[in-house]
Amino acid sequence: MGYGIIIRVEGSYALFTRPEMKVERVSYDVITPSAARGIIEAVYWKPAIRWVIDKIHVLREIQFTNIRRNEVSSKASVDNALQVMKGAQKPLYIAATETRQQRAAMVLKDVDYVIEAHFDLTDKAGPDDTQEKHYNVVLRRLRNGQRFHTPCLGTREFPAKVTLIEDKDDIPKSPLVGKRDLGYMLYDLDFSNPRDIQPMFFRAVMENGVIVVPKPEEVRR
Amino acid sequence: MTTLSNRYEFVLLYDVENGNPNGDPDAGNMPRIDPETGYGIVTDVCLKRKIRNYVEMIKGDTPGYRIYVKEGIPLNANHREAYLAVGLEPGKKASVEGVNKAREWMCKNFYDIRTFGAVLSVGDNCGQVRGPVQLNFSRSIDPIVQQEVTITRLTVTREEEADKERTIGRKHIIPYALYRVEGYVSAKLANDPTKGTGFSEEDLQLFWEALINMFEHDRSAARGKMATRRLFVFKHESDLGNAPAHRLFELIRVNKKEGANPPRSFDDYEVSVNKDDLPSGVTLIPML
Repeated sequence: MGYGIIIRVEGSYALFTRPEMKVERVSYDVITPSAARGIIEAVYWKPAIRWVIDKIHVLREIQFTNIRRNEVSSKASVDNALQVMKGAQKPLYIAATETRQQRAAMVLKDVDYVIEAHFDLTDKAGPDDTQEKHYNVVLRRLRNGQRFHTPCLGTREFPAKVTLIEDKDDIPKSPLVGKRDLGYMLYDLDFSNPRDIQPMFFRAVMENGVIVVPKPEEVRR
Repeated sequence: MTTLSNRYEFVLLYDVENGNPNGDPDAGNMPRIDPETGYGIVTDVCLKRKIRNYVEMIKGDTPGYRIYVKEGIPLNANHREAYLAVGLEPGKKASVEGVNKAREWMCKNFYDIRTFGAVLSVGDNCGQVRGPVQLNFSRSIDPIVQQEVTITRLTVTREEEADKERTIGRKHIIPYALYRVEGYVSAKLANDPTKGTGFSEEDLQLFWEALINMFEHDRSAARGKMATRRLFVFKHESDLGNAPAHRLFELIRVNKKEGANPPRSFDDYEVSVNKDDLPSGVTLIPML
């Protein structure tokens, strides 16, 4: 078990899309471990370390709202770009009015989480990759508000305010009481085989606002 | 082209008078509103569209400033310059190397991909470009009033309706609202050797220009009078940044003046900038 950090993540909107409802997006009730990992990696990540989420505290009541937007249904095609690079006379753009889709998203409102996480060294770690070094870098970045890019709550239009909690006793108490079963939730994507990326799921149970996230080896089938 | 070596955050204030800044398709094109608080909302993609349109208008077909996500029919569909071939075997599924070359080429040619990113999808490797510029939803400073205005038209569309005298239409407007939006520019996503898009200092200047002027070329019957009022840019000394973004945003406060109820012009608001609490290593540049 490497060094742990505790961060508080807040935002006015969030969208942790359920994989089974992706067209008209519907968010999970709480942040997924994979989104939490993405937030920490936006602050600090190196190939030598791997972040693991241990606990998620939910500090606000769960509430949803709806947003519908015009979106495009097509993506940029690499093959098309390569052909035009070679001089093919083809149009190279997306006509937003022709490929328009209006999609609704059911997003979370006013979220506030505390995330407990630690990192393990990977096999890419060199001899001078000590845990203390990486731990100190991530602490320094969090204290100074430095980051690689702005962390977001599921999608990039919903930025996250990230602050470091130095002391475990400073974690605010959650107003949620009792045991709540959130059903099967996305844990993370298994990138161990880059040609066959598999989603992993876990049974999320929230007790008094705290979700204890299982270890990756327990989730991996 | 100089690479970007500073992180930026910005706060943009813009207002609308007797217009609809961003209609909600779920509510019959009424101005978007947060149903719980009554504050008006303008989505991030709405402003991105205006920025794209501005750049396309200013730069036209200048190499390196093309726009990928276009609106309407492009005028230059048949006009194309020949590009250097990259020497990939045609007919083969793009290799990782090919994808990276294509990604680089797309970033170099298209301003909006360099700025906002794009999804380049391939079977094997989901080449994804994350752009350095990130925008929030805009929110009005005060709750807005959605006004419905009924209008009449003296003609009819179809011949079989010719005996009808006139038709009735509806417009939705906001009498006045001041919106605030915050945004981020990550230097790392611009200059990183593998993840960066090559978004440069010149691109950033064009982006500020677009934020200031985007409403000047977006006039329409629905928009009413919209204008950029203020643009505050926070420049960090380093590319990772020197202070948390939310602390910088809190330095800019916008308040309704006493007695200005309901607010009907920008003069009814007071913008206060707290320069004393600016963290070290961050400079505040009022662009407008």
